[in-house]
Amino acid sequence: MTKFKTHILVCGGTGCTASLSDKIAKNLKDNLADKGLENEVQVILTGCFGFCEKGPIVKIMPDNTFYTEVKPEDAKEIIEEHIVKGRKVTRLLYTDPETKEHIADSKHMGFYKKQLRIALRNCGFIDPENIEEYIANDGYEALAKCLTEYTPEQVIDIIKKSGLRGRGGAGFPTGIKWEIASKNHADQKYIVCNADEGDPGAFMDRSILEGDPNSIIEAMAIGGYAIGATKGLVYIRAEYPLAIHRLEVAIKQAREYGLLGKNIFGSTFDFDIELRYGAGAFVCGEETALIHSMEGKRGEPTFKPPFPAQSGYLEKPTNVNNVETFANIPIIILKGADWFSSIGTEKSKGTKVFALAGQINNVGLIEIPMGTTLREIIYEIGGGIKNGRKFKAVQTGGPSGGCLTEKHLDVAIDYDSLMAAGSMMGSGGMVVMDETSCMVSIAKFYLDFTVEESCGKCTPCRIGNKRLYEILDKITQGKGTMEDLDNLRNLSKVIKDTALCGLGQTSPNPVLSTIDNFWDEYVEHVQEHKCRAGVCKALMKYVIDPNVCVGCTACARNCPVNAIKGERKSAHEINQDACIKCGTCIEKCKFGAISIK
Amino acid sequence: MAKVKLDDSKIQKIKDICAAHGNKAGEAINILHEVQNTFGYLPAEVQELIAEQIHVSAAHIYGIVTFYSFFTMIPKGEHPISVCLGTACYVRGSEKILDEFKRQLGIGIGETTPDGKFSINCLRCVGACGLAPVALVGDKVYGRITTDQVKDIIAEYQN
Repeated sequence: MTKFKTHILVCGGTGCTASLSDKIAKNLKDNLADKGLENEVQVILTGCFGFCEKGPIVKIMPDNTFYTEVKPEDAKEIIEEHIVKGRKVTRLLYTDPETKEHIADSKHMGFYKKQLRIALRNCGFIDPENIEEYIANDGYEALAKCLTEYTPEQVIDIIKKSGLRGRGGAGFPTGIKWEIASKNHADQKYIVCNADEGDPGAFMDRSILEGDPNSIIEAMAIGGYAIGATKGLVYIRAEYPLAIHRLEVAIKQAREYGLLGKNIFGSTFDFDIELRYGAGAFVCGEETALIHSMEGKRGEPTFKPPFPAQSGYLEKPTNVNNVETFANIPIIILKGADWFSSIGTEKSKGTKVFALAGQINNVGLIEIPMGTTLREIIYEIGGGIKNGRKFKAVQTGGPSGGCLTEKHLDVAIDYDSLMAAGSMMGSGGMVVMDETSCMVSIAKFYLDFTVEESCGKCTPCRIGNKRLYEILDKITQGKGTMEDLDNLRNLSKVIKDTALCGLGQTSPNPVLSTIDNFWDEYVEHVQEHKCRAGVCKALMKYVIDPNVCVGCTACARNCPVNAIKGERKSAHEINQDACIKCGTCIEKCKFGAISIK
Repeated sequence: MAKVKLDDSKIQKIKDICAAHGNKAGEAINILHEVQNTFGYLPAEVQELIAEQIHVSAAHIYGIVTFYSFFTMIPKGEHPISVCLGTACYVRGSEKILDEFKRQLGIGIGETTPDGKFSINCLRCVGACGLAPVALVGDKVYGRITTDQVKDIIAEYQN
C-alpha cells in the first residue's frame, strides 16, 4: 500500500455532491497529477462533514485545514498554494461571523465546538467505499470482541447497561428490545435495519449510511449474534441511490474479508445481509408496516401484540432498529457501557444526531450530547437566525412532533423533556422558523403530509386527519370560527387515543402544539382575518400607495394575470378580484410603492 | 386510460425480471422497482402481466402500485422535475418555486406537458436541506432557487 503524506478529504454527501464536489475531487486529482504528486497526496471522497451550509467542504489532513464553499475552479489554487507552497488559501477559510477572523481548524468553529460525534464518528474522516479505512479505525474490532470474548447474554447486558434508547423516535431501550427477541426461539430470526427515513427535513440516517456504511453492517452482525439471528435485512428508501450504492459496496467488501458469511472470526456464527427497497411510504417507518412492505405487500401496520420480536418478518421473530441506533453499537462495545452512560442525562444516554434546517445560519448535520439546550443548538451551533430576524419556533420530531417556542429554549433536550414540552425527539429533524412562518400554515403543512401518507387502514387517521386538515384550511382562508378551534382540539385528542399505529397517534401533535403555543395567532386568523406572518394569501391584500407610485408600469407589465391597471405616469391600482397574490409586483417595483395589508 | 399494447420483446423482458426474482409474490416490490426502472412507468397491462407471473391477483399488484408514491402509472416527462416540499425547503419558500414551475409549464402536479418533455412532481426531502429550496430535474439537483431562476432552468432543457 502506498503511504500518502497528505490526505485531501472532499465531502461526498448528497448536499455537497449537488454542488459539484465530485468535480472538485477530480480537479484536485488532475492538478496533483500535473505536479507529479499523485503518489504523495491522496484525494478521498468522504461522507458528510455536517456543515452543509458552507458546503462543499474540503479538508486537508494532517494539518486540519477546513476549506468552505469550494468551487471546482479553486482546485488549482489549493494544490499550488497549500500543497506545493504550504500556504493556506485564506479566502476559502471559514470566517467567524462575529470576530470576522478566518478560522482554519474546524474544532474552533462555533458550529463544531459543542458537538460530540459518536454515531457520526467516521463521517467525513474515512473513505466509505474502502473497508480497509474502516478497519484501520477500529472497525470490526467490536464484532471480533463479541464473537470471541462475550456470550450473547453478555452483549445484551452491555447494551442494556449503556442505557441506549432507540433513535428512530420512540426511544425504547435497545438492550431490552434485544433481550425480548433473544428469548423467543425459532429456527430462523431476523435483524432489520430501518433506513426508511421519511421525515420531511431529516437526513441523519442517510448521512450515516453514506459516510460510514460499515458501522451499520458491523452493528447488525453484533445484534444478530446477540439475539440469535443469522440474517440481516436493511430496509432502505429507493430515493437514496448514493446510500444504497455505498451500502452495497460495503456489504460486498465485508463478504470478501470474511466479515459477513460463514464462521465469522473462526466462530460458529454465520451472518449475512440483504437489502430491501422502500418505495415511498412514510408509514413504513412503523415497524409492523415496514415488515409487511419487506414481504412485498402494502405497507400497512398491524396491531401489536404480537410484537415483531414474537412474530415479524415471514412470521419469524424479528428485531427492528434504526440506523443511528446501530451506529452507536460498535463503539459502546469497544469503550464500554460506563463510558456511554456517562454522557447525556439521567434517562437519555449518549448523543443524538439532528438535521438542523430552516431559517438558521448554519444548516447542517449535528451531533450533540443529550442534555444540550435548544438555545445552545440554535444560537451557538446554528449561528442564530438567518438575516438577523427574530426566532419564532423550532419544530422537532417531524410530522409526529410539535413546535417549541422561546420559552422552551432552555430545556435540556432528551426524550422525556421534549415529550413533556409537547413535542418529541422523533428521528431528529429540527426545523427552525422565524417570524415569516405562519403557525397555522405550518400545522396545515404537516397535516397535508399526514393525510397523504396515512395508509387508510384505521378510521381515526384516514378520516380524522382529513377533517383536521379541512378545518385548518378553512382558518387559513379566513373562514374559521372559534368553534373550529375547539373542534381541532377535541378531534385531535380522539385521533391520538384511537388511531392504530404511531403515525395516527402522533399526527395531531403539530396541531395541538401550535394551538397551545400560538393561540393568539389562531385567534387572529379567526377573529381579525389577519395572518401576521403574511403567509395566508386569502388574508392579505396587495395595495399600491398612490402617493409613492410614479406610474412606471413595471408592475402592470409583469403581472401574470393583468390585475394591475393604470395610465403611464399616474398611480396604478390592483384589481383585488383578479389578483392571485403572487408577489411579482412587489419584486418588480423599484419605488417601494406596493405593500401587503 | 388508453390501452397500452405490449410488444413481444417487452413481454419477454418483464417475464425475465419476474423469473430473476423466482416469480415469488414476496418479491413484488423489487420486481416493480426493476420494471419501472426499465419502462419508466407501470401501466395496467404491465401490472396484469406481473400478477400473472407471480401468481397473485392484478388487484394485489394494483394495491401495491397505488400505495407507494414511488410507483407511477403515468409516464413521466423526458425531464422529470421534482420540487422538494420537505419542511426545510417549505419554510424557505419552495411552494413559490413549485407554483412558478406550474405556471411556466402550464401543467399541474403529477402531469406531463403535451410534448412529453417535462413533468412535475413533489418530493419530500432529498437530504440537501443546506441548499433549500431545492428542485431536481432528472438527477441534477438545483439548490437555493429563486422564482426568477425557474425560467432559466426550464430553458436549459428546451432543446
